[in-house]
Amino acid sequence: MTTTPAKAETKLPVLVREADRPRSQLAVFGPDKPLRLDSGVALSPFQVAYQTYGTLNPAKSNAVLICHALTGDQHVGNVHPVTGKGGWWDIMVGPGRPIDTNRYFVICSNVVGGCMGTSGPSSTNPATGEPYGLDFPVITIKDMVRAQTMLLDHLGIDTLFAVAGGSMGGMQVIEWCASYPDRVFSALPIATATRHSAQNIAFHEVGRQAVMADPEWKNGRYFVEGTSPRRGLSVARMGAHITYLSDTALHRKFGRRFQDRDNPTFSFDADFEVESYLRHQGSTFVERFDANSYLYLTRAMDYFDLAADHGGVLANAFRGTRTRFCVISFTSDWLFPTSDSRAIVHALNAGGARVSFAEIETDKGHDAFLLDEPELIGIVRGFLDSAGRARGLPT
Amino acid sequence: MMLSRAPRDLTMAETVRGPGGARVDLLMVSEMVEPGSRVLDVGCGDGELLRLLEARGVDGRGIELSREGVNECVAKGLAVVQGDADTDLSAYPDDAFDYVILSQTLQATRRPREVIEHMLRIGRHAIVSFPNFGHWRIRLQLLFYGRMPRTANLPETWYDTPNIHFCTIKDFNDMCALVGARMEKAVALDPWGTALKIDAPWWFWNLFGEQAVFVLSRKPG
Repeated sequence: MTTTPAKAETKLPVLVREADRPRSQLAVFGPDKPLRLDSGVALSPFQVAYQTYGTLNPAKSNAVLICHALTGDQHVGNVHPVTGKGGWWDIMVGPGRPIDTNRYFVICSNVVGGCMGTSGPSSTNPATGEPYGLDFPVITIKDMVRAQTMLLDHLGIDTLFAVAGGSMGGMQVIEWCASYPDRVFSALPIATATRHSAQNIAFHEVGRQAVMADPEWKNGRYFVEGTSPRRGLSVARMGAHITYLSDTALHRKFGRRFQDRDNPTFSFDADFEVESYLRHQGSTFVERFDANSYLYLTRAMDYFDLAADHGGVLANAFRGTRTRFCVISFTSDWLFPTSDSRAIVHALNAGGARVSFAEIETDKGHDAFLLDEPELIGIVRGFLDSAGRARGLPT
Repeated sequence: MMLSRAPRDLTMAETVRGPGGARVDLLMVSEMVEPGSRVLDVGCGDGELLRLLEARGVDGRGIELSREGVNECVAKGLAVVQGDADTDLSAYPDDAFDYVILSQTLQATRRPREVIEHMLRIGRHAIVSFPNFGHWRIRLQLLFYGRMPRTANLPETWYDTPNIHFCTIKDFNDMCALVGARMEKAVALDPWGTALKIDAPWWFWNLFGEQAVFVLSRKPG
């Protein structure tokens, strides 16, 4: 049996519509409020799609910003409008969960460059009336954070009680703390790094090349041409997905088992369960994610190097910070290994920051931050409870 | 190297509890810290000392090697990082803390002298507590049985123990002189965690003190 990414074509108009008119709350910034990008471009008009949960208290001191990862979006705690699946961090965000929506006002916005309603390459370019495609400016992690500050200003929130996120979301958390330290009371950078490693850039480049090698990519103009680079994007996702797991986890989950058969077929069909699984991951991904967004967001991660922005000394990025930090890594995460988190901790210690750092033992790899890891849940809860007491939030 | 206090068998002084159920040796250390100061507890175990210190209005941070200890501390809301006294103290800048505490951990470090030097660099004061290998019971065991001593406080066999650098009170004194530490205070405790007579001579402490607690600082200049 082969799982082919076949049904994507019929779904693509959904993605186009979601980019301009998302099923989310929307903050639109007119010509008077352009998003000033690191590349020098002033993006305007410009919009941010976001979800909120819970209630902002009168003192506006209980706002929590969740930053999503590469292929995440603003639907952190609700049913996804395209896939119909639950929120991507349901285990962490919700009533009674560690990021408790009964206590905190939780905000999650789609990053700039994304494809779920915040301006990105699949948004309509007002100059042409067509999707931007590669005419969309290249963005950085700092640009994502800048867009989030504009959203907070729009919501009238000055200081965040907490900002949390894993992987690319963790990069945004770190950027928040370095660029806007006075606006962040506490921070949870999880399974992340202050710079993208050469190995990670290499993996991203393979993914981008897979997208761009698809003849249907059409130099990024696939919406206009009526094509879809679903095979390229699917291969990119399959490759990336391996890096989110671990050898042990793959072996435990699939081993060398065959998929719905007892013997090899002596063909290139998906004989092995692991092949079938990856093909499924690829084909479902293309139904909800834009190929050009994948190029832009992977690029933003590659460019991230916080120390380089601070004279080559990471500690300078955090000097004098009063933010309370909780850094978390996972033993089997080889994409953002513990050594990356330890580098953050050392820089924070050198800057005199109040920091907690835990490495959680798991064989689930990088993706562990999205999963129901009891220690992760306990640590996030304990850290936020303690920060809440220090912030004077009711328990 | 093993930094954790939590997983091993508790020593006698550690099992003696004071008012409020706190370990008397930790209570004594916590009382040596001025309220309102900044403290780093190196090898903070399950965070009991940090909790005592926070109750005294101290801004406490911890380093702990064992993953279980760290995760327990962080879940309690304590500012504890997973790390190793032998390798991670160098990341801290000079004079970052008022006190750096090393409680019942010195003997388990790979380079005790460097650890003490870092403590004196990072903190204005260093508080070090350790088991005294010069205690008479230990001396007698080696003399009469000819085997590595094991006591209620130090129950592990030589091949199992995380303690790789034992010293006596006298030995520690010598090292303090070597690294240019000024001794602000020294206390020797009997097996029940009670302080020995303050005016007793060093040889008496070295023979009858089961544990010692030193408060050190850098010699000026």
